[in-house]
Amino acid sequence: MKSVARPVKPKKNRFMLWSIYVLLAVIYIWALSGIPIEGFKETAGQITKAILSGILSPDWGYVYLPEGEDLLRGLLDTLAIAILGTFISAFLCIPFAFWAANNMTKGKIAAGTGKFILSFIRTFPELVMALLFIKVVGPGSFAGVLALGLHSIGMLGKLFSEEVENIDFGPIEALKATGASGLQTLWFAVVPQIIPGFISYTLYRFEINLRSASILGIIGAGGIGTPLIFAMQSRDWSRVGIILLGIIAMVTIVDIISGYLRKKVV
Amino acid sequence: MKRIESLNMNRLTKQEIPKAPTKIKHYLTAALIVLLIGWSAYQTESSFIDFVEGFPNMFDLLVQMYPPSWSYFDDIVPAMLDTFRMAVIGTTMGALLAVPFALLCASNIAASNWIYYPFRFILNLIRTIPELLLAAIFVAIFGLGPLPGIFALAVFSMGIIAKLTYEAMESIDKGPLEAMTAVGANKIQWIVYSVVPQVSPYFVSFVLYTFEINIRAAAILGLVGAGGIGEYYDKTLGFLEYDKVSTIIIFTLMVVLLIDYISTKLREKLL
Repeated sequence: MKSVARPVKPKKNRFMLWSIYVLLAVIYIWALSGIPIEGFKETAGQITKAILSGILSPDWGYVYLPEGEDLLRGLLDTLAIAILGTFISAFLCIPFAFWAANNMTKGKIAAGTGKFILSFIRTFPELVMALLFIKVVGPGSFAGVLALGLHSIGMLGKLFSEEVENIDFGPIEALKATGASGLQTLWFAVVPQIIPGFISYTLYRFEINLRSASILGIIGAGGIGTPLIFAMQSRDWSRVGIILLGIIAMVTIVDIISGYLRKKVV
Repeated sequence: MKRIESLNMNRLTKQEIPKAPTKIKHYLTAALIVLLIGWSAYQTESSFIDFVEGFPNMFDLLVQMYPPSWSYFDDIVPAMLDTFRMAVIGTTMGALLAVPFALLCASNIAASNWIYYPFRFILNLIRTIPELLLAAIFVAIFGLGPLPGIFALAVFSMGIIAKLTYEAMESIDKGPLEAMTAVGANKIQWIVYSVVPQVSPYFVSFVLYTFEINIRAAAILGLVGAGGIGEYYDKTLGFLEYDKVSTIIIFTLMVVLLIDYISTKLREKLL
């Protein structure tokens, strides 16, 4: 019988692979050993039941109260914070986007600096920004708006600059050949190419900001988070239930609308 | 003959200047946006004057933050390690939970839409709840400490990983699936030998990506009492110790940027 040549198993870099496994194992052992497991609170089961029953039998009366401070007004406030914050950041990030785009800025160092500033803004947690803005303009929705407006510049600026980097230079050359000024080139050759991407990313960021706006109230920066944290502290679970339902409903509806608009734009 | 010519002429003159498309729609959209922004500004009581008046405060704040208190580093290192731990365990738990969820959500694996539509719906509901809110709920259940933070991160990361993974599963090559069916594999063999090899690099990449998000999230979960470095913001801001606040912020930024860098490099290698 002829021996059939069996395919040889590809040689992998065994050493690398094993060192990764060992490293992972060490990380996990260290991480798990550091978690205090002093047992759950005895009331944990009870509270879970209370929360579930609260969510299943929400406090419908809270949806609208004539004297104010109700669910609808809280949700509208949250929506307003997200809209204004997104608008401010969409406006402010445009210069950053052109600064960070490789093809618009002369020299690699300038674009690199722009990119670094954007990633710095992106890493700065929005809640910490909100805490700082509360010190500046006092607690309330406006601090939340400013925090979202500043924090979103990081992500929007990055996405916009990538959009700017991907434009076609044909129209720009064509306009230059006809003797258009710098501003005219920008307006008639660059802007039409990037507008759909801009709108789509802004809407996407708006979806994220709506989620953020709903928790800003936990630290006192306006929106539905404030009544939610009060209801939690006073263990009013049926009110927590209705607020949670309200947030879920609002986020879902806005996601659907925004998703539809984004599909239409691009 | 003449009549036809004149008709043609007529049509030509009419066609000479094409009508510009109406811009009414654009104007209406712009008006709507301006209206929305105006309403938002009114609703949030935002005013430019407040901002300008508050601006010196911001400058004061920055001045007070300026020399960061470097000696404070020693105090917050354990909290930062805790944050890292929470992110590691939370992400892992989320990843493990995400596997069955993703399999049940993928339309080419869970064959009936009676299975994958309900699971996708649940997944979407989970993803609408922000992580800080989950943490606040878990703190109410389990009490203060890193444990509720871990659970919150686990649920939150399950939502992200399951969504990304089931979308990756739906775009895999059909060939191996059919081959496994043809040789009579049962459902588990079918998944292990035809789905897993195709999806696993993506899955690992998604887990790393979620880990990056979770480090950022874990750094603020302490604001609701769920452990980690976030607890120190309350402590220091309450006593107006802004030099310490800036130390915390700088430390967090360094850790996050470092982990982002490593994770991005790893993900580039994977895919």
